[in-house]
Amino acid sequence: MASKPRIKVPKSASAGEVITIKTLISHEMESGQRKDKDGNPIPRKIINKFTCTFEGETVFECDLDPAISANPYFEFNAKVPASGTFVFTWLDDDGSVYEAEAPIEVK
Amino acid sequence: MQLTRRNVLGLTAGAAAFAVAGARVTPALASAEDAEKMIMEFTGGVMPGEGKVSLNTPEIAENGNTVPVSVSVESAMEGDDLVESVIIFADGNPSPAVATFHFTEMSGEALATTRIRLAKTQNVIAVAKMKDGSVFMDKKQVKVTIGGCGG
Repeated sequence: MASKPRIKVPKSASAGEVITIKTLISHEMESGQRKDKDGNPIPRKIINKFTCTFEGETVFECDLDPAISANPYFEFNAKVPASGTFVFTWLDDDGSVYEAEAPIEVK
Repeated sequence: MQLTRRNVLGLTAGAAAFAVAGARVTPALASAEDAEKMIMEFTGGVMPGEGKVSLNTPEIAENGNTVPVSVSVESAMEGDDLVESVIIFADGNPSPAVATFHFTEMSGEALATTRIRLAKTQNVIAVAKMKDGSVFMDKKQVKVTIGGCGG
């Protein structure tokens, strides 16, 4: 369902620097509050969890509720101790997992 | 007071108006109460203090479907001076919970931005829980022109 997530991570940083990461994923985030034209409630289908890890260590996590807009966008910070890879994971209500990676180099 | 026709009519009208107003206010109040209950659940019964947390929201949101919200917490993000989690509530939405951010030492700074849905003009509340158990909150009113929970 969800298309390829878009991620913005700087290519390089100095050791210990705090960088800003931006992520965006396409998802309708159906809240479960709306009704279709016959008046039947449309079942909830949202991304309920987002995590960002760096070399296995958690950097940032978010539990999402239906009040998050469609195409969830996150901007947050991360400390870069050494070169490595950020891994981003989105968990869907239907059990799907969307993943993306972004490497960073310490100069 | 004598029970005349005029008195009876006046009283009934007053009571009816009160009942209508009451009925209209109840849903919003219920949600605000829910929000308060959820804050207490999150903090474990501790009354949140002022300061440290700053919530950044637009004063007027034209489209309630995507309202940018950013929250930052003053903290060294090391040792005991660490923000563990920040929870966002919207006290006028059908369900007040919006999101919970979890931070670690690797976050470097307790700062997060996202976009949220707001059904109508209401308060957005951010509550931050520190590692040492203290809690802080900030509250901002957002005026919404077009609600974002359409149905």
